[in-house]
Amino acid sequence: MANWIPLWLHKLGSPPTFYRFAGTLQPWAMALALLLGAIALYGGLVLAPADYQQGDAFRIIYIHVPSAWMSMFIYAVMGVASFIALVWRIKLAEVVAMESAPIGAAFTFITLVTGSLWGKPMWGTWWTWDARLTSELVLLFLFLGVIGLYHAFEDRRQGARAAAFLAIIGIINVPIVHFSVNWWNTLHQGSTVNVFGQSKISGAMLWPLLTMVLATKFYYAASLFRRVRTDLLALEGGKDWVRKIAEEEADR
Amino acid sequence: MSALQHFFAMGGYAAYVWPAYALFFIVLIADTIAPRVRRQHVLRELRARLARQQVRQGRAGSISTPTPPSP
Amino acid sequence: MNRPGLATASAAMLRRDLTLAWRRRGDIAMPVLYALIVTMLFPFALGPEDTLLQRIAGGVVLVTVLLAMLLALDAMFSSDIEDGSLEQLVLAPQPLALMLGMKILAHWITTALPLIVIAPLMAAMLHLPGAVIPVLLLALLLATPLLSLLGAVLVALTAGTRRSGMLLALMLLPLCVPAVIFAAGAVAAAQQGLPWLAPIAWLAAALVLAVVLAPLACAAALRIALDA
Repeated sequence: MANWIPLWLHKLGSPPTFYRFAGTLQPWAMALALLLGAIALYGGLVLAPADYQQGDAFRIIYIHVPSAWMSMFIYAVMGVASFIALVWRIKLAEVVAMESAPIGAAFTFITLVTGSLWGKPMWGTWWTWDARLTSELVLLFLFLGVIGLYHAFEDRRQGARAAAFLAIIGIINVPIVHFSVNWWNTLHQGSTVNVFGQSKISGAMLWPLLTMVLATKFYYAASLFRRVRTDLLALEGGKDWVRKIAEEEADR
Repeated sequence: MSALQHFFAMGGYAAYVWPAYALFFIVLIADTIAPRVRRQHVLRELRARLARQQVRQGRAGSISTPTPPSP
Repeated sequence: MNRPGLATASAAMLRRDLTLAWRRRGDIAMPVLYALIVTMLFPFALGPEDTLLQRIAGGVVLVTVLLAMLLALDAMFSSDIEDGSLEQLVLAPQPLALMLGMKILAHWITTALPLIVIAPLMAAMLHLPGAVIPVLLLALLLATPLLSLLGAVLVALTAGTRRSGMLLALMLLPLCVPAVIFAAGAVAAAQQGLPWLAPIAWLAAALVLAVVLAPLACAAALRIALDA
């Protein structure tokens, strides 16, 4: 049993195989994302009762928290793919890492803005320099830096390797930033302590959140598959399998 | 207030909740559309390049000295 | 042919870079002038009120020095890339990390050291209390090499690209946030009469780590960036 897993993975690393594999799965992932998202939003916006402290404003949680978790999940995926790309020089790993960055940046941006919109009515301020918010902002800079560095090179594969290196440096750096800002914040005790008490969240409020978390994961998969497929076409432009696809699509 | 109006009012927090949701959808829709646009662009460019190659090869076939296919 | 020992090679590398910088010693004045001008702008922008200036003085000096170093960072490898000597260095038998470490040291000596020398002047312009200035200098002595080392890794990554200074700033910002926090924390603590040794110790620890790891990372980054 153990043998066919590495073989399947190895085959998947080949661009035309992955192109077909991703092409088959992508519509299903997108459909699941939309379905689960719709269910989650109905549960969160309509069914869940208003919070006795925060009123209806708490409903921002259904997009804020899943986006925050996605920003970190994508960042971890980007880091792992970058490591594989640098150590084993697998083209597909490079593409996955580079195409994850814009999606990660999108979710990080959503996290920051929705958090700000939630913070204003709840804490009375659009922004505060606590460890979590500052680390998330640094994460956005990290994603933007990876995207910028990738596009600064003429040779895309070289750019991908340089940006992968930056991504790995970032992985070491974000916990450091989080710790140092935490230290700095406790030094200046004047700032508001922001703790959203999530210990006792009711079931009716929880299940839409978890459903949305799942929905965003499927969305990431769908978006990533789409982006990786396009990138593979661009990278492998000279090969026969790409030429066939280009000719097929011309007839449509 | 009707139930629908109540829903849109979001307990008075509408000015915060709805822009947040709008942003969520706008960003993700942009993220969905951008790769599709890029794909059309890549394929269009690829077809143009192939057409140019074929023209060059066709021209080469009609001259006596064989020309190697361009990269 | 006798291969020169590591100490000789390192000294030679250092001497070469310092000589080259000395030949363009006008360039050394640029970050210094920039820092002085920026520092002078703050009283004009915020008003000359003493208490306000005193409160921001430590932070302003630190950030200004950081920005001045950022400006000069780009030039660390650029001339060597242009004339091909960096590629020769990569191919040389000496360990690349050690040679790059010497280059970074030379860059720090010619860029940061002048800034540290005028830092007391900048602090005085903003009315930082005299007792705090030694702590400021110590913080700068530890933070600036840290910035040079981290910046070198990033400059190596962008070696040979159509670089924009903005991209370097974008990449460097997350890396220097902890250094700025600890350095400014030390100065602020000293200003309030509180113990300031802990953040200085953290800076020193980070510096030691960077001295060991950054040249290695820089060598790896350079190999990635130059490998066409």
